[in-house]
Amino acid sequence: MNNRRQVTIDGNEAAAYSAFAVNEVIAIYPITPSSPMGEWADEWYSAGHKNIWGTTPLVQEMQSEAGVAGAVHGAIQTGALTTTFTCSQGLLLMLPNMYKIAGELSSTVFHVAARSLATQALSIFGDHQDVMAARMTGFAMICSCSVQEVMDFALIAQVATLESRIPFLHFFDGFRTSHEVAKIEQLSMDDIRAMIDENHVLAHRQRRLTPDNPVIRGTAQNPDVHFQARETVNPFYQACPAMVQKAMDKFAKVTGRQYTLFQYYGDPDAQRVVVIMGSGAETCQDTVDYLNSQKQKVGILKVRLYRPFAKELFIEALPKTVKSIAVLDRTKEPGSSEPLYLDVVNALVECGQSRFEHNPKVIGGRYGISSKEFTPAMIKAVFDELAKPQAKNHFTVGINDDVSKTSLDYDENFIIEHNEGVRGIFYGLGADGTVSANKNSIKIIGENTPLFAQGYFVYDSKKSGSMTVSHLRFGPKPIHSSYLVNKANFVACHQSQFLESTDVLKGIQEGGIFLLNTPCAPEQIWERIPRSMAQTIKDKKLRFFVIDAYSVARKSGMGMRINTIMQTCFFAISGVLPKEDAIKAIKDSIKKAYGKKGEDVLKMNYDAVDNTLANLYEVKIPDQVTSRIEIDHRVPASAPEFVRRVTFEMIKGNGEMLPVSAMPCDGTFPVGTTKWEKRNIAQEIPVWDNEICIQCGKCAMVCPHSVIRIKAYDNKYLQGAPSTFKTMEAKDREWAGMKYTIQIAPEDCTGCAVCVDVCPVKNKSETKFKAINMKPQPPLREEEKKNWEFFLNIPEVDRNLVKKNAVRSSQALQPLFEFSGACAGCGETPYVKLATQLFGDRMVVANATGCSSIYGGNLPTTPYTKNNEGRGPTWSNSLFEDNAEFGLGFRLSIDKQKELACEYVKKLESVIGTQLVEEIISAQQKDEPEIFQQRQRVEILKEKLKGQSSADAKVLLSIADMLVKKSVWILGGDGWAYDIGYGGLDHVISSGRNVNILVLDTEVYSNTGGQASKSTSRSAVAKFAAGGKLTPKKDLARMAMTYGYVYVATVSMGAKDEHTLKTFLEAEAFDGPSLIIAYSHCIAHGINMTTALQNQKLAVSTGYWPLFRFNPDLIKEGKNPLILDSSAPKGFLQEFLNIENRFKMLSKTDPEAAKRLAALAQNDVNERWKIYSAMASSPEAAQNTKTSA
Amino acid sequence: MDLKTSYMGMELKNPLVASASPLSKSIDNLRKLEDAGIAAVVMYSLFEEQLTYEKYELDHYLTEGTESFAESLSYFPHPSEFTVGPEEYLEHIYRAKKAVGVPIIGSLNAHSDGGWVTYAKQIQDAGADALELNIYFLATDPSISSLQVENVYIDTLKAIKQNVSIPVAIKIGPYFSSMANMAKRLDEAGANALVLFNRFYQPDIDLENLAVDPKVLYSTPQAMRLPLRWVAILYGKIKASLAATSGIHSSDDVIKMVMSGANVTMLCSVLLRNGIGTTSDILAGIERWMSEHEYVSIKQMQGSMSQKSCVNPEGFERANYMKALNNFKKIV
Repeated sequence: MNNRRQVTIDGNEAAAYSAFAVNEVIAIYPITPSSPMGEWADEWYSAGHKNIWGTTPLVQEMQSEAGVAGAVHGAIQTGALTTTFTCSQGLLLMLPNMYKIAGELSSTVFHVAARSLATQALSIFGDHQDVMAARMTGFAMICSCSVQEVMDFALIAQVATLESRIPFLHFFDGFRTSHEVAKIEQLSMDDIRAMIDENHVLAHRQRRLTPDNPVIRGTAQNPDVHFQARETVNPFYQACPAMVQKAMDKFAKVTGRQYTLFQYYGDPDAQRVVVIMGSGAETCQDTVDYLNSQKQKVGILKVRLYRPFAKELFIEALPKTVKSIAVLDRTKEPGSSEPLYLDVVNALVECGQSRFEHNPKVIGGRYGISSKEFTPAMIKAVFDELAKPQAKNHFTVGINDDVSKTSLDYDENFIIEHNEGVRGIFYGLGADGTVSANKNSIKIIGENTPLFAQGYFVYDSKKSGSMTVSHLRFGPKPIHSSYLVNKANFVACHQSQFLESTDVLKGIQEGGIFLLNTPCAPEQIWERIPRSMAQTIKDKKLRFFVIDAYSVARKSGMGMRINTIMQTCFFAISGVLPKEDAIKAIKDSIKKAYGKKGEDVLKMNYDAVDNTLANLYEVKIPDQVTSRIEIDHRVPASAPEFVRRVTFEMIKGNGEMLPVSAMPCDGTFPVGTTKWEKRNIAQEIPVWDNEICIQCGKCAMVCPHSVIRIKAYDNKYLQGAPSTFKTMEAKDREWAGMKYTIQIAPEDCTGCAVCVDVCPVKNKSETKFKAINMKPQPPLREEEKKNWEFFLNIPEVDRNLVKKNAVRSSQALQPLFEFSGACAGCGETPYVKLATQLFGDRMVVANATGCSSIYGGNLPTTPYTKNNEGRGPTWSNSLFEDNAEFGLGFRLSIDKQKELACEYVKKLESVIGTQLVEEIISAQQKDEPEIFQQRQRVEILKEKLKGQSSADAKVLLSIADMLVKKSVWILGGDGWAYDIGYGGLDHVISSGRNVNILVLDTEVYSNTGGQASKSTSRSAVAKFAAGGKLTPKKDLARMAMTYGYVYVATVSMGAKDEHTLKTFLEAEAFDGPSLIIAYSHCIAHGINMTTALQNQKLAVSTGYWPLFRFNPDLIKEGKNPLILDSSAPKGFLQEFLNIENRFKMLSKTDPEAAKRLAALAQNDVNERWKIYSAMASSPEAAQNTKTSA
Repeated sequence: MDLKTSYMGMELKNPLVASASPLSKSIDNLRKLEDAGIAAVVMYSLFEEQLTYEKYELDHYLTEGTESFAESLSYFPHPSEFTVGPEEYLEHIYRAKKAVGVPIIGSLNAHSDGGWVTYAKQIQDAGADALELNIYFLATDPSISSLQVENVYIDTLKAIKQNVSIPVAIKIGPYFSSMANMAKRLDEAGANALVLFNRFYQPDIDLENLAVDPKVLYSTPQAMRLPLRWVAILYGKIKASLAATSGIHSSDDVIKMVMSGANVTMLCSVLLRNGIGTTSDILAGIERWMSEHEYVSIKQMQGSMSQKSCVNPEGFERANYMKALNNFKKIV
């Protein structure tokens, strides 16, 4: 019995643990799902943790993965033990350096949570597409299948790279392994020391570049020698596999866990063998056990070391009896076979001739792309296929490929879950703490009992109101099931509203336990659950428990977090531990988790545990099923065919069942699909008070989800209005005599209440009420649905009657971005929505990867939509790093097509008519009326061309729409604009081309969880800046101003909405590059999202976020182009810092640093204001800029 | 000339004490106060409620939005330790004691039984020379009787006195049905001083924004009339020292308070408004007045105009009001 710690951690932490222990320099950059590895490293660095040599590794965030690779390369070259963590697009950005690092025989390990690559669409989920793209780099590749292996192989790879001098890519499956929480044995520092040969470390260091012993490395070579030089490395690659095995053997001596390069598992006389890498191998192992117990002769060969591929060892690892082999690749190589398959075929051809009793047949197949489930049923299908005389080659498994007919059929009912232990599925809401509670339960059981534990968590694609599904397994034997629980003996539904649309009992086993959080009394619940569920409860003889967790939470002071309560229920009734032991364990864990946050928080959680037990009831199951409620699977008949056939299946959670033919072949999807989803996630929605409204439009302006709509319309449209439909006389002069309505989309609202906060009107009799107030949604839902439908049928206001430069009237413009999945109260989306209101019908959007691309373009539904004329923003996301260039590409293409169209218009003058030609060619299209006129001209032109059969006419017809002005918008966050995409952004603005760049500046990488960017302000705490950011925020605006011909502005909608509106209009009208940097509050700031606009006000008034516009057009008028739109800083910056946790938490972790950095941050504010006010007031400024322009 | 006075058993070089205010948050200010001649400093208050709120707030913002979306399972680093207790305050007391020679009096406003005692002990351990309990309990619940309210004060004081050895002052408001009885009960419960009186947040209404505006206003010179009356009444009737606070802005004010019976006078608004240097002006004013009026020591004048020592003791009682009214009528 050893005394190593048993820990319950996920794969990322396991990799970071080993990597941190054996390195001196760590370069990092965030990317899902690898970010947590860098986050752990940074936190340990900030906390001063030591590696095995007793020193704290230096951790440095870079501007991109390309930058990381460069820094790693440099650090290795100068002798430090160096590592990094990445995946997917990040790994692709590292490829050039990886060739260099390998070519120079440099020791390093890159740890990769393997992920899909962006092709027809981005996917953050796991497969081997990224690592397979690196197989030519010369890096060795070693693959871990489980969390334990991740910790082990991270070390083995380090040992092997130091001895072999070949750099290693250590990979494991993104999410399935990187995010799976499992109980593993932690390597001790002594174990790690015992593995590392100090001579190899010294040798690595001695190869460094140093002026004390100068060499030159990285030369350019000519045809005479480059080839020969390239061949010099062969002996190193030949020796490498044996060195890896040696490291594995040494590891076995230290820890008792023996690994081999190719690890066979199964019947020693197996006839059918599956070859596989990664987490799927774990499930295969379980399946092989089951099939062999059924008298089959099957086995699995796990490939550990994929590069260098030791062919002879591979062949030797296979049983001699094998007759057929299926090679499973978790990647796709269009136009060829997949790489592992090709390696296996090659090995058999080159080395397998005399090994086997029968020449084995080999087939290859793809599985698990983008974290597609890979279950025992699928593996059985593969083994079954191997038994067929005409086995299908190049198959797929796990999908229904009705296009190329590649897929294998499998029996969904083939389930091999072990009967021992507890297998639980928990349905929760992101905000209710379900996942945290389950992670905690795993820790409790994993670290306090001999039981093995596993947890895997499935998240929604929405950032607000999202459903989480936790899959937990506990049992006496090691758990190899790397797939979702499909036969649960415990199901918990933490949100009763899920029952309306989701069959949470699907997959529960007979005699299982069902726990429901519901406000409904135990004696009434039987009538309140869907009929089909009640039937399941009866048929499967389930035990049914209920608790009103929100009520208990309120009583215990926990607010809306029910994590501790539901966790206590689980322990109380699941039987996973004796009840008393479990309650004590929960309280101990609460002390561990919350103790550092103070006694009060601790007590609150203890109270919750005690109150839970007193409020948990078992429902006595009646003899009859009496409920009349049905699960709502209705699809609106009015929805477009694609939405009904495809989108709705995804919404309902049936996307897995969609066949290949249902998917567009090139990633093109229809717009405007969020409106069909009707998520009903708001507990309260705003209700308009037409008695006191002053029609300022602010509520609609700031609504992050475009659920507050305004229309001014003729009285006649009120005919047939529902009785509760509200209206009032329009106040604007332009709308004299018209009616005015503010209507809320009740089922699309997230309940953020930002609209109420911004409303300036107070009820004169009861000042707590405003002109818009939050009220519970359920009682309002049906009537407001009718009102919303009625409202939608009222015509949109004539855009010519809208004063676009005033908030109050501009908000009657139809948003063409609605109901996104952004966080409730999001600070970015109001800007995006505003742009679509003003320019949406001619807008082309290039969107950098990040929050805005996720809420803007993540399936199943997307928020960009079109108006009644069928026009609206067209949108695309290329990558994270190239967005400015991508957008410039739009501009170049559109400009060229317009130029070409003009050429053809002139060419076809005789057909079109001289006057129309002149009007079309000379149209300035400076404002909306002019654009409208041009659109009408183009319609006439198209009509004329339709009757023409000439080739020229056909060409012109195909590009005629380009004659109408298109507005190119380049959107992204600060991670893109300040860091990874800055080089491109800089080049694009320097081009002088007419593009509009909108930087949604949250001052952190919000989408990946709040890592610091160069936009992060001094003193802010962020991931990768755990000790507070030491350097000031980069002044992107001032850098852009240096060109002199770029329109540059900062805006803050919460501080000055009219200014934001004016800036958008000015920027778009500017005939050249424009850059708007928009202050975007964010959940990653640790703020009250409902009152976040007040934070914006304070940000501006204290000078944290000065407002200004730099308009080069003013230079032509002899004016200073820089106008300061906010006043000199008032009060102290500290007032602002105090209301945001991102700043405030530093005073709780390092009060001295907090004071010092806050003082420096105040100085940053003062200095910046000095510079800007000097620039804005300098009489020479205009002249100077003019010269530079 | 002897300006010395004693307060809760401590010998002070003069009767000027800086009362709890943001000024004491800076060690630099403490040094300036000492240089200006202040005899003791009451530190800014440690508010348990604030600490509790901040703990909840921290917990809320560290967990809000977490474990909801696959790419951002959290938004902040996970530090292993947080300074969420009174550490910063205690450290400040410790540093203050190192920095200046005048007595440092800790100030505590707690809201839980455990909080009062725990923090009181910690303030003592941090080196404070004495402790001032800044108790205020706004009884807005109609079901709570005046006796219950009074018992909160008494019980809290007793609990703290049982657990600390440094002198304990109690700062109270004037709104007791029987102020004199309350003072007696506090005295019997072991208070080493009564600080008269606390000034509460006094909400105003912002007419433009139709909002309640709960700001604290600087005291006016008129505010000293209330403590002056009660210091004068209580002098000699209880063992505890008396500290006068509210509206003391000049040397005359100090002298009046001392004559009424105050051991010390607390300065706050005047320092915030006119600067720390005002302390030396007031001291100079006291010396000047004493010299002009041939007083040789503070102790000589202490209590000389208290109710028990003055020529017209009824002047401090209700009749005073009646008489004032009569005078007013006569004038009219």
